[in-house]
Amino acid sequence: MAGTAVRGRLTWQDVTVVAVTDETASVRTIELEVPDWAGHQAGQHLDVRLTAEDGYVAERSYSIASAPGEPVAITVERLDDGEVSPYLTEELRPGDEIEIRGPIGGYFVWPWHEDDSPLLLLAGGSGVVPFRSMLRHRARIGSSTPAKLLLSARSLPDVIYRSELDALRDGVEVIYTLTRQQPPGWSGHSGRVTNALLREVAWPISQHPIAYVCGPTAFVESVAAGLVDLSYPADRIKTERYGGVGGP
Amino acid sequence: MSPISRGFHGRHRESEVDKSRVPPGQYVTTDFPVLSAGPTPHSPLENWSFSIRQAGDTRKSWSWEELRALPAEDVTVDIHCVTKWSKLDTMWQAVSIDTLLEQVEHQAQFVLAFSDGGYTTNLPLADVTGGKAWVAFGYDGRPLQPEHGGPARLLVPHLYFWKSAKWVRGLELLAADEPGFWERYGYNNYGDPWREQRYAGD
Repeated sequence: MAGTAVRGRLTWQDVTVVAVTDETASVRTIELEVPDWAGHQAGQHLDVRLTAEDGYVAERSYSIASAPGEPVAITVERLDDGEVSPYLTEELRPGDEIEIRGPIGGYFVWPWHEDDSPLLLLAGGSGVVPFRSMLRHRARIGSSTPAKLLLSARSLPDVIYRSELDALRDGVEVIYTLTRQQPPGWSGHSGRVTNALLREVAWPISQHPIAYVCGPTAFVESVAAGLVDLSYPADRIKTERYGGVGGP
Repeated sequence: MSPISRGFHGRHRESEVDKSRVPPGQYVTTDFPVLSAGPTPHSPLENWSFSIRQAGDTRKSWSWEELRALPAEDVTVDIHCVTKWSKLDTMWQAVSIDTLLEQVEHQAQFVLAFSDGGYTTNLPLADVTGGKAWVAFGYDGRPLQPEHGGPARLLVPHLYFWKSAKWVRGLELLAADEPGFWERYGYNNYGDPWREQRYAGD
């Protein structure tokens, strides 16, 4: 089914908010009850549509945070100048109905065909959301594919899913780099992802790794270029970017 | 009938945007977001060319200098990305696809644009001729930056922007339509933003 995301028309459907969970001060996970869901691949996204009382409509795309087979959930970061994300992260509550359609996208997905190559996940901020789906899926299917997640966040409290990531074992290594503020005694990495840090973390190309990069445009541009410098082939680097206006 | 989203008001309605220029489901941004599936390619201009191909043959090819020597236009258009943003009055410097295709005799009905990095996208010939499409090399009076598709990208503003292939290197002339990169991953084959043709079946 990888690479065959075409399933006929994706129709809008009313879904109910089941639970909301605050991940950080500005990030919330929203679990949905979706009556008609054909299943998704880890890494796909969905569209959300909101309708105001006067008929005004706004649509946005959000990465799916849950693994295939789990209840559908999205994780949304509040953008202060956003139109939809402040509503989703501050106003929406269990029992509310919104409209969604999906899943969407068939390229930024894992597993990629039958590929069990070492997995390199590189996230800037809320770019970690599709990787939560991938890593949960990896655990659920009992995959032994070695995986590394390098996550760049402003500070430790800004790390989304931190307790879940810290608990990962069994062939998954999680590496943080904190760009703006480090706690006292921080022994992890500091600052943006440099080529030197990439070289230290990235699987050697002799292992035929596959890399996924997700985050703001500047992060993705710089990290993807760094992987090219490490001789990763372009077709082994999948990217998903968002430009500071929300959505992937 | 869409249910009302309790407590949702939106905020764009009182802005100065001319709503008749914004397709359904889109919002206007003044940023220029970036969307692409892989790393940004960097092609040296001395090795760059733009080719018209057909059935495995290169029918016509222009070097960077030859392309830049063709008559260029300033084009001001609104663009619409399938990820929901629209950007109004974007200003490009570009060569019309008509200028290129008039140098090649053919009876093709479709084209497949191809790019550095392996990206492709398909379009009916009628959508890239008649003053509707360009090869753009300048944006806002400056060389087009690599993350936005430089040195040159296709510009087909009346369709969703994934049809405006970044890092474009040519057009393959086809008798029959064949899907490009995103079109094979569930995105709409045609991509008219005014009919909200985002995904297959829309």
